[in-house]
Amino acid sequence: MSLLELDGVSVRYGDRRALDGVRLAVAEREIVCVLGPSGSGKSTLLRAVAGLTPVAGGAVRLAGRDLRGVPAHRRGLGLMFQDHQLFPQRDVAGNIAFGLRMRREPGERVAGRVAELLELVGLPGAERRAVATLSGGERQRVALARALAPDPRLLMLDEPLGQLDRDLRERLVVELRQLFGRLGSTVLAVTHDQGEAFALADRVVVMRAGRVVQVGTPVEVWQRPANAFVARFLGFRNVVTATVGGGEARTPWGAVRVSTGPTADVGPGERTLLVRPSGVRLSPADEGAPLTGTVAARTFRGDHVLVLVQPAGGGPELEASCALREAPGVGATVGVSLDPGEVVVLDGEPTGDQHRDQLS
Amino acid sequence: MTRRALAGGALLAVPLLFFAVFFGYPVAAIVGRGLRADGVWQLGRLPEVLGDPGTLRVLWFTCWQAAASTALTLALALPGAYVFARLRFPGRRVLHAAVTVPFVLPTVVTGAAFLALVGRGGVLDDAFGLRLDDGVWAILLAHAFFNYAVVVRTVGGLWAQLDPRQEEAARVLGAGRLAAFRRVTLPALTPSVAAAALMVFLFTFTSFGVIQILGSPGRATLEVEIYRQTAQLLDLPTAAVLTLLQLAAVVALLAAHRLVTRRHVGALPLVDPAGTAHRPRGWAQWTALGGVLATVALLLALPLGVLVERSLAGPDGYGLEHYRALAHADGTFLVAPAEAIGNSLRFAAAATLIALVVGGCAAVALTRRAGRLTRGFDALLMLPLGTSAVTVGFGFLIALDEPPLDLRSSWVLVPLAQALVGVPFVVRVLVPVLGAVDDRLRQAAAVLGASPWRAWREVDLPLVWRSLLVAAGFAFAVSLGEFGATVFIARPDEPTLPVAVARLLGRAGALNYGQAMALSVILMLVCAVTLLLLERLTPSRSAGTF
Repeated sequence: MSLLELDGVSVRYGDRRALDGVRLAVAEREIVCVLGPSGSGKSTLLRAVAGLTPVAGGAVRLAGRDLRGVPAHRRGLGLMFQDHQLFPQRDVAGNIAFGLRMRREPGERVAGRVAELLELVGLPGAERRAVATLSGGERQRVALARALAPDPRLLMLDEPLGQLDRDLRERLVVELRQLFGRLGSTVLAVTHDQGEAFALADRVVVMRAGRVVQVGTPVEVWQRPANAFVARFLGFRNVVTATVGGGEARTPWGAVRVSTGPTADVGPGERTLLVRPSGVRLSPADEGAPLTGTVAARTFRGDHVLVLVQPAGGGPELEASCALREAPGVGATVGVSLDPGEVVVLDGEPTGDQHRDQLS
Repeated sequence: MTRRALAGGALLAVPLLFFAVFFGYPVAAIVGRGLRADGVWQLGRLPEVLGDPGTLRVLWFTCWQAAASTALTLALALPGAYVFARLRFPGRRVLHAAVTVPFVLPTVVTGAAFLALVGRGGVLDDAFGLRLDDGVWAILLAHAFFNYAVVVRTVGGLWAQLDPRQEEAARVLGAGRLAAFRRVTLPALTPSVAAAALMVFLFTFTSFGVIQILGSPGRATLEVEIYRQTAQLLDLPTAAVLTLLQLAAVVALLAAHRLVTRRHVGALPLVDPAGTAHRPRGWAQWTALGGVLATVALLLALPLGVLVERSLAGPDGYGLEHYRALAHADGTFLVAPAEAIGNSLRFAAAATLIALVVGGCAAVALTRRAGRLTRGFDALLMLPLGTSAVTVGFGFLIALDEPPLDLRSSWVLVPLAQALVGVPFVVRVLVPVLGAVDDRLRQAAAVLGASPWRAWREVDLPLVWRSLLVAAGFAFAVSLGEFGATVFIARPDEPTLPVAVARLLGRAGALNYGQAMALSVILMLVCAVTLLLLERLTPSRSAGTF
């Protein structure tokens, strides 16, 4: 049975629906990561579960029990706030011990538990340090220890690593996953960073404008975005409307062979098509590729280069991933061919103007 | 959610009830007494009184002296705002605290100090035969004296938090020093200058104690005229009309103040004031510093010094004669003047407690955004500051004399009236601090298992207790100095310090004069000590806006 269950949960801020009939289940010991752009309702989701935001419709159930009417302080959940919200007037130990004191744990037990948690998050002996003297990474660790201290049934993390710089973030995400595995924690995290979500989660939930648009393992979501919105949100640019039929898709870049893939119900008609950048092969212009174009921009990405090609016959720009040594220069004319293995026909609605929605 | 709204409503109910019973009701009662005869409203009195040349003269004097006082205060205090905000010099902290002393000094003491400086038999009279008390200058200077801190604190408080890099950015973009100031700093400061000017105008518009002592029959503010009509001529209808007139003017001023302060809130990037001050550089800054120190010495320190000097000067040279005389009752009083000290402290302590409870509830309710209800509420809380204290005092007497509110003979009447002027200060000190407590800290506490009350105790209280003490200090000081209402309702055998000072000044004779000065010095010391204690407690960020 699921530990946490959201059954058609809606939250309204005035006229705006911040959450719109969200269904979601988190199993015991599972790490679920809600991924979405800002304003998609992911923080609201955590606040609704925590009891900090009133739910307008639907039910939140924890271990089968409806939480309606249970105030935040009686839910027994852990929540790590976006910017940590450590209590500034208390030292590190005072912050971590807070939840234990609220449960009237005896003093010596509290001290022992605080030391144990500091050990766990890699800050042994930091009890008496003032919060103001902590670095960003240390604050994050203290906030985590504070949330873990009362041993909550469900731990929720709101952009847990959002404030930290990239290097630290990548290191901490691995540490967190190991830690949660060791403790057997059930975790519901939200983030706008796909890298963070994929590294941390057993399951990813993609949200958009208050609705869940895709649920799946990181691999599933990455390989088969549910629709154009998800694909674009994951950073793919080569998303177009195409006419599919007879094992072929007609795109603005010409026809390309498509396999209907594992979900065989993808029928013919107007579909959304994704071409991964690694599936856009560039070749010298005179080698007879079906499409030619001009290199409009190059972006250095460390181990590869993203090349933006403006097709000669018009149509949207194509993004291609090249090895550094093979990347053509800006202004060069290149031949372009699409690798059918990297072309995905997406489910769901056609592309439309989802780019605008994503920004709102 | 409903429970939360209910709690907010309960918090709001305390101040609402307090103001309804101890402000609205007495004021309404006295206005009604004046404007109703045989149960019929006599609204014909309104145009009659308003059209009276005497009223117009009073109104004219009230307005122009307030405008002139405001202009003079700004001229003298704006350089002070700059110097205290931007320049670092030895003794800055102590001096900053010291310039606030006049603001919390009872107006009676201010009047007495300026009387001792420029009045008949004053120091300048003795030395040069110079007297200013028959002109309006003594009034203007006295007003500048006690409002200096309003400008320095309001404008300087913001100035110290303006990021100097804004001006540097303008300089790098090619603006000269003056142009950078004019185009970057000045626009940022303008709202706070306007806010300070409006506050000074409000305080001087309703000036009572100072004018009562330094004014003359031709120089009466509305407030003084209300007192005269009420207490001396017993012309309640005229007093009622004047009260309404003053109330309308004060409401307009407060509305303007609200408009000015609201527009720019949050738009400016503010920085820690500790990092913006530097040692004076160049002749201009040294001149500014010198000028400000001279102003402080002449405008603020000299009158207080003279007050002390006069209190010590007896017929046979200096001594403590006047202070000793305070211990004995004579014809003037039913009790020894020294007993007024005990009365004052007792009343002020009780008033502080009331103001803290009422103002504290109001501040919490205001910061918890209990909805549209609270929007005009904070302005309403300021109203007692500008309402004729005489009206309030007299209103207490005629309104609170029947069961179940028969308080006429109760000692609590005085603290209640004093708390009315203390509450606005408590609210003004607490609201910014409580507002700065991030609601998510409370939520963090709630998620960790703290009930709302526990969360307040664990999160809010540790963050605001200093400000609570500061608020208490302000309430204590203004309660101590409250004069207009207290003079009506304090019983003859229980005078407070300001009442005793005024009574002594009202009598002829060198001994009475000397005793008044001595009592003023004692009052000044109590206020100054309170304030200097506060200054040690004030968190650097949240210095009051007064």
